[in-house]
Amino acid sequence: MKIFLVDDSRTMRNIQRKILSEIPGATFCEAGDGLEALTAISAQLGGFDLILVDWNMPNMDGITLVNKIREKDKKTLLIMATTEAEKSRILEAIRAGVNNYVVKPFNAETLTEKVNQTLAKAKAA
Amino acid sequence: MTQIEKPKPALDAKIIVPFINATREVFKRMLSLETEICRPLLKTEAGPHYDVTGLIGFSGSLIGSAALSFEEPAAVSIVACFAGQKMESTSPDFADAVGELANMVAGRAKRDLAGDASITIPNVIIGKSYSIAALRAFPCLIVPCRTKAGDFAVQISIKQMAAVPNAGGSQT
Repeated sequence: MKIFLVDDSRTMRNIQRKILSEIPGATFCEAGDGLEALTAISAQLGGFDLILVDWNMPNMDGITLVNKIREKDKKTLLIMATTEAEKSRILEAIRAGVNNYVVKPFNAETLTEKVNQTLAKAKAA
Repeated sequence: MTQIEKPKPALDAKIIVPFINATREVFKRMLSLETEICRPLLKTEAGPHYDVTGLIGFSGSLIGSAALSFEEPAAVSIVACFAGQKMESTSPDFADAVGELANMVAGRAKRDLAGDASITIPNVIIGKSYSIAALRAFPCLIVPCRTKAGDFAVQISIKQMAAVPNAGGSQT
């Protein structure tokens, strides 16, 4: 499974990678902002199984990235992983096409559960 | 007869409590550290000195800033708990980790504060024994915190803006 981690904090990407490396066969790509991620994703459209996206990032924020991805790709699983936890933000992300939403701070169990939930739902569909 | 006006508190508890709760939650969930909150104090001109600060700005319905400030040994120890590895304070990853901690505390606090505020991407200031000056219009409250990995302070300098009726369209 190819997982793309998009977060402007390298520490956060390392934490996410460490937690998600428990998923059998998981491989990782990373980007530090939305623009860098969009370039990589456009170069390999449909090439990732799961993308974790932070909201507040320089150059291009996470919600813009989600909208840009969904213009061309409805299938790749997207999870917003962010400190933004207001209902209006969650609704905005869902409308933009994220499959799940995880609020920081999270522990390993919460992130793993959200990812497993997302994968199971996609498998059942 | 002259009426003596009761002095207004420097910062409203409605603003401070979400930051205290956010600090406890972030340190518990991300670092597995319990945080003991000590008696808050109002920053004076000769405020306490720190070596490392992660600073987040607020705009919109809340304006000002919030910061996590540390002395260097505590910052190194706390960052090691967060990142899972020890880092020198000169490493770019060290600043990244401090910034992300501040980002999570501010973001978590924002959730419990009324209104529609935005937070900035974090800034990290690393130096030797500096003090962040508080502006008179923005009193700053320092909340000293203790953990097993070291002590730090949450500095809150935020004002809640008055709501503008019917601003931004209708609500349902």
